[in-house]
Amino acid sequence: MDMTYAGAEPKVARRKRSAIAHYAAPYLFISPWILGFLFFTLGPLVFSLTMSFYDWPVVGERTFVGLDNYRSMLFDDPQFWESLWITVKFAAIYVPFNIIMSFLLALMLHNITFASGFFRTAFYLPSVISGVALVTIWSWIYSKEYGLLNFMLSLVGIDGPNWLGDPNLAIVAIIIASLWGLGGTMLILLTGLKAIPKELYEAATVSGVPGWAQMLFITLPMLGPMLLFTFITSIISAFQQLTIALLLTKGGPLGSTYFFAMYIYDNAFKYFDMGYAAAGSWVMFIIVLLLSLGVMRWSAAWVYYEGEVRQNDGEGHA
Amino acid sequence: MRKTLLYSALILLSALFIAPFYWTFMTAIKSTADLYQFPPVFWPSEWHWENFAAAWNKQPFGTYLTNSVIVVVFSTIGQLISSSLVAYGFARFRFPGRDPLFIVLLATMMIPWDVKMIPLYMEFNMLGWINTLKPLIVPAYFADAFFVFLLRQYIMTVPMEIDEAARMDGANAFDIYWRIHLPLMMPALVLVGTFHFMNAWNDYLGPLIFLNDQSKYTLTLGLSMFKGLHEVDVTSIAAITVVLCLPPLALFFVAQRYIMDGAVGSSVKG
Repeated sequence: MDMTYAGAEPKVARRKRSAIAHYAAPYLFISPWILGFLFFTLGPLVFSLTMSFYDWPVVGERTFVGLDNYRSMLFDDPQFWESLWITVKFAAIYVPFNIIMSFLLALMLHNITFASGFFRTAFYLPSVISGVALVTIWSWIYSKEYGLLNFMLSLVGIDGPNWLGDPNLAIVAIIIASLWGLGGTMLILLTGLKAIPKELYEAATVSGVPGWAQMLFITLPMLGPMLLFTFITSIISAFQQLTIALLLTKGGPLGSTYFFAMYIYDNAFKYFDMGYAAAGSWVMFIIVLLLSLGVMRWSAAWVYYEGEVRQNDGEGHA
Repeated sequence: MRKTLLYSALILLSALFIAPFYWTFMTAIKSTADLYQFPPVFWPSEWHWENFAAAWNKQPFGTYLTNSVIVVVFSTIGQLISSSLVAYGFARFRFPGRDPLFIVLLATMMIPWDVKMIPLYMEFNMLGWINTLKPLIVPAYFADAFFVFLLRQYIMTVPMEIDEAARMDGANAFDIYWRIHLPLMMPALVLVGTFHFMNAWNDYLGPLIFLNDQSKYTLTLGLSMFKGLHEVDVTSIAAITVVLCLPPLALFFVAQRYIMDGAVGSSVKG
């Protein structure tokens, strides 16, 4: 059959078929995610939500308890509030530091030519290391007697503290170890910087726009989508902080690094109270969701999508 | 002057990022005598390359390596295909339910792993997938929300005119995806591939929960076993850590060329 032969097919049939293709196409493109969502996300979610309304031990009788898990968590369990507070503190420091430091490093790398590949690799190197390995390395660095960090401090005459043994310092130690892996965020922002058309800067320079104004009115808005992305993913990873704390400090000393994710983990795999753990994970889910939606809404003021704006010209905005 | 300052800052900062890595390598290669010196030995008196072979032979690391490679290769392929298709669907079409679905997709990124881990284990158990590599591979063929979001943001920075011009020339939706957006996305795809490689290669919780037999273990699980079996065997842990870091590092060296090409900028100009 010869599809290129115009007029071989009645016009109406052709239009109808292309109309079906037109409506089906987007759903076909997103179908892998829809299927995955149903089988690997929604199904498990419904299951875990159900569990959260039960007293659900791993072995033995399950009993429906309604909202009891949530109620006793919020009102009778001080560990819930303590671990939540530790996680909020961690996020409040980690998220801004992660983004600002990544942005500054990306900006520095974007402004050099000689050896930029070397420095980029250097900053990314830690992100290559797995959680298990990262923790092993940092436990040697923080060691009070043999540690690299305290040796460095001794060179400038400071008697190094017991990083992982001091309740005030342990969380700082975890923040530093986490920030060590900012290479991924930096790489995303650097990719975004490279994608900004150079013409914008050339035009601005010709028109006499000073550097700080170019930063404010070209770089930051054009980087908006990438900044938003890193902002949200940083919040999420901060709230799910588990591996480092679990392996480096085990929640101690004195519960000072007992993160919310660890609280859930312990309830599930230490106390085998699956229903209670499921309820805790749903509380975390809702907090993170609300925070992220808040950031998304707020971002409408400063994120600029080139594609989206063009679309609006013709069709208006939903 | 400005450049000198910039480079001084970069040298200092990069030293902070490299030092722990250097330290691990030196720990792996040191003699036992050098290991517990204080002040620490920064340049070992003897280089013990045989530490690597010794560590490697303490467990069936060859088997672990094979398993890791199978997981990483097949899941990366699936991730690149599925995530880019889905991202294109969300970025370039208006269809009933798009915005609510996209919010759902974003929401899935925010689901703590704890919520899904127990029910997923039961689901895979029902399918008979426990103690096989399937739970670590198959989900990658159903698009990861994180990567879809990243690729969608990337596609949206490409002007709509490019799509419209192609449509005028008679290209259908798949052509536009395959011939225009896929090549334009290449830097972001390399980024996604690199990230996914790291995630799959370094994944610890997944293998821990879904695999039982030592013959199915991946490298990270092997390394963590080391921590249990030989708590004080610092040299071997460091040696395996170094080995574990080599493939992702090599990939990064290959990938960074693509990431830095800035294909989007040049194509939009033309």
